[in-house]
Amino acid sequence: MAARTFTIDGQLISAREGETILQAARDHGIFIPTLCHLDGVSSVGACRLCLVEIEGSRMLRPACVTPVVEEMVVRTDTARLREYRRMIVELLFAERNHVCAVCVANGHCELQDLAVTVGMDHVRFDYTFPYCEVDISHPLFGIDHNRCVLCTRCVRVCDEVEGVHTWDVAGRGTDARVITDMRQPWGESHSCTSCGKCVLACPTGAIFRRGATVGEMERDRNKIAYIVAARDQRW
Amino acid sequence: MDLNELLAIAEHENAMRRSICIRCCTALGCQSAGSLSLKQRLEEAVAEVDRTDIEVMGVGCMGLCGHGPLVRVDPEGTLYERVRAADASSIVAALDGGEATAPKGDPHHPFFTLQKRIVLENSGIIDPERIESYIAAGGYQALYHALHEMTPAEVIDVVTRSGLRGRGGAGYPTGLKWATVAKSHGDRKYVVCNADEGDPGAFMDRSIIESDPHKVLEGMAIAAYAVGADQGYVYVRAEYPLAIQRLQRAIAQARRHGLLGAQIFDSGFTFRIDIRVGAGAFVCGEETALMASIEGRRGQPRPRPPYPAESGLWGRPTLINNVETFANIPPIIRNGAEWFASIGAETSKGTKVFALTGKIRHTGLIEVPMGVTLRQIVEEMGGGVPNGRVKAVQTGGPSGGCIPATLLDTPVDYESLQRVGSIMGSGGMVVMDDATNMVDVARFYVEFCKDESCGKCIPCRAGTAQMLHMLDLIRAGRATAADLDQLEQLCMMVKETSLCGLGQSAPNPVLSTMRYFREEYEALLADRGSAGETMDR
Amino acid sequence: MNKLRLATVWLGGCSGCHMSFLDLDEWLFELAHHVDLVYSPLADVKEYPDRVDVALVEGAVANEDNLHLIRQVRERTRLLIAFGDCAVTGNVTALRNVLGDPETLLRTIYVEHADIAGQMPLAPGIVPRLLDRVYPVHKVVPVDVYLPGCPPPAQRIRALLEQVLAGGDIYLTGREMIKFG
Repeated sequence: MAARTFTIDGQLISAREGETILQAARDHGIFIPTLCHLDGVSSVGACRLCLVEIEGSRMLRPACVTPVVEEMVVRTDTARLREYRRMIVELLFAERNHVCAVCVANGHCELQDLAVTVGMDHVRFDYTFPYCEVDISHPLFGIDHNRCVLCTRCVRVCDEVEGVHTWDVAGRGTDARVITDMRQPWGESHSCTSCGKCVLACPTGAIFRRGATVGEMERDRNKIAYIVAARDQRW
Repeated sequence: MDLNELLAIAEHENAMRRSICIRCCTALGCQSAGSLSLKQRLEEAVAEVDRTDIEVMGVGCMGLCGHGPLVRVDPEGTLYERVRAADASSIVAALDGGEATAPKGDPHHPFFTLQKRIVLENSGIIDPERIESYIAAGGYQALYHALHEMTPAEVIDVVTRSGLRGRGGAGYPTGLKWATVAKSHGDRKYVVCNADEGDPGAFMDRSIIESDPHKVLEGMAIAAYAVGADQGYVYVRAEYPLAIQRLQRAIAQARRHGLLGAQIFDSGFTFRIDIRVGAGAFVCGEETALMASIEGRRGQPRPRPPYPAESGLWGRPTLINNVETFANIPPIIRNGAEWFASIGAETSKGTKVFALTGKIRHTGLIEVPMGVTLRQIVEEMGGGVPNGRVKAVQTGGPSGGCIPATLLDTPVDYESLQRVGSIMGSGGMVVMDDATNMVDVARFYVEFCKDESCGKCIPCRAGTAQMLHMLDLIRAGRATAADLDQLEQLCMMVKETSLCGLGQSAPNPVLSTMRYFREEYEALLADRGSAGETMDR
Repeated sequence: MNKLRLATVWLGGCSGCHMSFLDLDEWLFELAHHVDLVYSPLADVKEYPDRVDVALVEGAVANEDNLHLIRQVRERTRLLIAFGDCAVTGNVTALRNVLGDPETLLRTIYVEHADIAGQMPLAPGIVPRLLDRVYPVHKVVPVDVYLPGCPPPAQRIRALLEQVLAGGDIYLTGREMIKFG
């Protein structure tokens, strides 16, 4: 496999052919914030937090789906990117009711961590306070749409790893919701195998194991990469 | 089917023509004003006077949609406007020296004389429901010519040299796109016609399909031959029932005549076209979302690259062009690249069809050579604003911008419109008069984009919602100068970080109105102290 | 040496942030060398004084009393610190915003869901009227510094106050200082 050499934040690094900017950066300990990205499932480039500047490109590019090109010059941490990332995280907090203090994922939440990463000490936009459903019809798990950021990690892990596709997205724009089967309550879903991979995949407190109260829930996300690796080796 | 058979159909069709033809528009605009019953009355009136030299023909759009239903009596070209069914017999009687009761239009008005019709050459002239009518107008000869006298590379070369650019809005060179698809490897390739026209106030593509559907099919077939595709799709929105119906009929007719399907014109070329009906999501006009929808998945965009030319429908090379782009192809093949390149402006060749609407005297469908000025379109062709002044012209729909009256001398070409903060877009052109509040205009388009955002990426989904909220605060007199700056920053962020064209261009109506009409925003601002007062009920 | 005039303010919140402030324990004696506590729910002062140097404002702006007080605070204070998640985001206090306007809210809680003798609470002049919705402090008056946390841990409060006492620009960053919840 051919290797590629390129520059990232002034540092000359190497990458395998076909590798994304995000993979190469992580291999070299360069941090690029992400939210919709999850190791083990496909990338969709939706959250826009991993956008980077590429010299010669008018557009910002998502590091998670942009392959490394020989002699490419990438910047991951400019003033513009920092400001845009903070605004994106602020938009998420303003969009639904993310009340960290009373969330099951408090202390183990990627959105909460992102707020720290981007230096968000307050949200400049007005909160929208939408009314959102909570579905606890499933005996083991629950989904609280107040906390959902629509990263679709649950959708992808269910489809690509469990092979079931119980989850999908319905509705448009701010009305978009992740749904189970044809939008019936999760507990009435015929396809769900109750495997719990969506609980592992969820970055926030949206999908949770029932019985976890504030701050109790932790996730072992390595399991997903573990399952994928185990399968790869079996075949 | 071979060339002789094609020419025989044309000859027979021409021999059938009567010396006087009363053409009645049956496109959707005039239909909604009652043209179907009018056409029936005209036929009855002709039968009553028992004249075999007169025929009545249902035709496509004549352009002056705001004055419909329209009837034109050829060959002398008398134009009647706002014709009621009750006027029918008087129009027939006028051929014998009587007086028609319907108001006469002026076919020598600049609205008609400043037009240059390439895409719309048959529109309002042929019967869109009969393939013979299209063939009699020279239809499908370009396809024959391409298949039997040109290699695919030669076809692409002609399109490239013609200078044609994508009419969907972005203006990507059509020849280059075709060449890329032709060079891409795939066990199968596809040609897709984007007829998911969704801009508020735009009806170019609908009119083209309703008025001359075979022309689009012929353009697609030539494209498929050039890039090596054997399957085509027309993605058309469900809100266009008449266009869908005429397309279906046209596809069936073309198949019956051996002009679509296997071994077209007795060549080795096979090409089938199917229709896919969109369910009304604006974002499905974006090419990657459109392809997802054709594949039966949720219509939402994905990051590019890879571009459809490389990896499109089901991962195969796919050529996607807009309706108007395909409709330009048969005339280009027929008349040559040089002919097309001699029309229009330096970097934008040919013509552009616009749906001219808003506060203007003559609304409707026009086709003008690239390079004419907005002033010519708005003031001469459109006749200006009744009882008022032009304040701004909006082009490009929700992706475009508002161009102020002071810039009306801007020529209509891709680069010039971009320079003044708007875009060519697919051809919507909305004229606003001085009674229009530009903050309200911006709000209208932002609300549209917010409602139509697919919700996949955060900047577009949550950003447009915040833009709308902030515009409402401004309109309610509850925003400060700092809020205005924040809105501008948010717009820049949404523009630069959104995943697809919908989000990237959603801030344009705000940014362009802020650029040219900032004082209208500032007039609505509250000072910091009084902004808080609104919390006291 | 001039002592800083410090105020702590309690708007719509649970007073947990004040509890956390008291968790500073013996450092409070150190603090007392540098500040005069001129107004606080912990001190019996009725009227918010003039010329306050620093105010720690706990809670969101939820009712007319809160609104009146926060405007006074802003007018009379040099450095206004949004103290804790309710002040910074609305937090738990703002959960009611999802349920609609005050009239609907009160009816839902005190009439529809009442076990016995449901009635609308009404005591003009005694219980302040609710605002149409709950606002974080910076949506009502300008805020100078934001200290997230529910509550901000005592060490976080101390780190902030040390920066305040040192004068100069205040700069809060990292998980220890700005994590919500």
